[in-house]
Amino acid sequence: MEKTDQDYINAVLGGDAQSFEPLVVRYQPRIFATARRYARKESEVEDIVQEIWLKAFSKLGTFRGDAPFEHWLMRLAVRTCYDFLRGHQRNRESSFTELSEPETDWLDRFAADPEKAPEDEDAARMLINRLMDQLSPPARLVIQLLEIEEKSVKEIAALTGWSVPLVKVRAFRARAEMKKCLSRLARDKYV
Amino acid sequence: MQLDVLEQKLVNAARKHPPGDHVPYAFEKRIMARLAEVGIPDGWFLWSRALWRAAVPCLLLVIFSGLWSSNSMNAANTVDFSQQLENTVLAELNQNLENSW
Repeated sequence: MEKTDQDYINAVLGGDAQSFEPLVVRYQPRIFATARRYARKESEVEDIVQEIWLKAFSKLGTFRGDAPFEHWLMRLAVRTCYDFLRGHQRNRESSFTELSEPETDWLDRFAADPEKAPEDEDAARMLINRLMDQLSPPARLVIQLLEIEEKSVKEIAALTGWSVPLVKVRAFRARAEMKKCLSRLARDKYV
Repeated sequence: MQLDVLEQKLVNAARKHPPGDHVPYAFEKRIMARLAEVGIPDGWFLWSRALWRAAVPCLLLVIFSGLWSSNSMNAANTVDFSQQLENTVLAELNQNLENSW
């Protein structure tokens, strides 16, 4: 019979550190996908993932087992990613003046006729990444979870550790910040 | 430019392009090697580390308490300040009492 997460966790807490490896193997694709939402460079992604696993190992004793291990791990992952964003917020770009050719082309087509700029093009993905890089850490986290991953306010509160009213306030501010960034994009490009 | 439509299109683009979940080769080995360097979170280790950390403050507290109590004992041998104050304030009353006898 296949061992459950709880079996491995009990073994680790009992002193068998090697039992942590199956947990890493099982959940690391999801952790990598989460980290890639907040960091662009692969070296940064690897550092974030390593940090998440080190924290998970050292805090494993606090896992009570009343919710699935995956939920506990994802909370830890999102909070670590948020710490990363806060630590790197000075590296944010400040303007949209250096758009690549495909991005400029996509925007031109959108300005001419929004229907002619398809969502599934790489240029659109590059633009949204550029836009997200310009948001403040809380705004970026909220837009990522609320708009892109389509999570509910309650789910975001559980993942981030913020209260429900705080999530709502930050969502309101994040949307305003997003609008501001978009108008700056339009101004830098067309004025 | 229709900013609301642009925002919606870009958000949809992000939804359609979720980041990859590929893992670098043998990444779990790297994690396990790193954990071996950090060490296993053993309860006895954490307890003894907390005790060692508490040792210095406790030692300082003992020294401070010793000094304070020895000073108090020395002070007890001399005349108490409060007693002196009381004698001064009540000096005239005491004098009157003595005279009345």
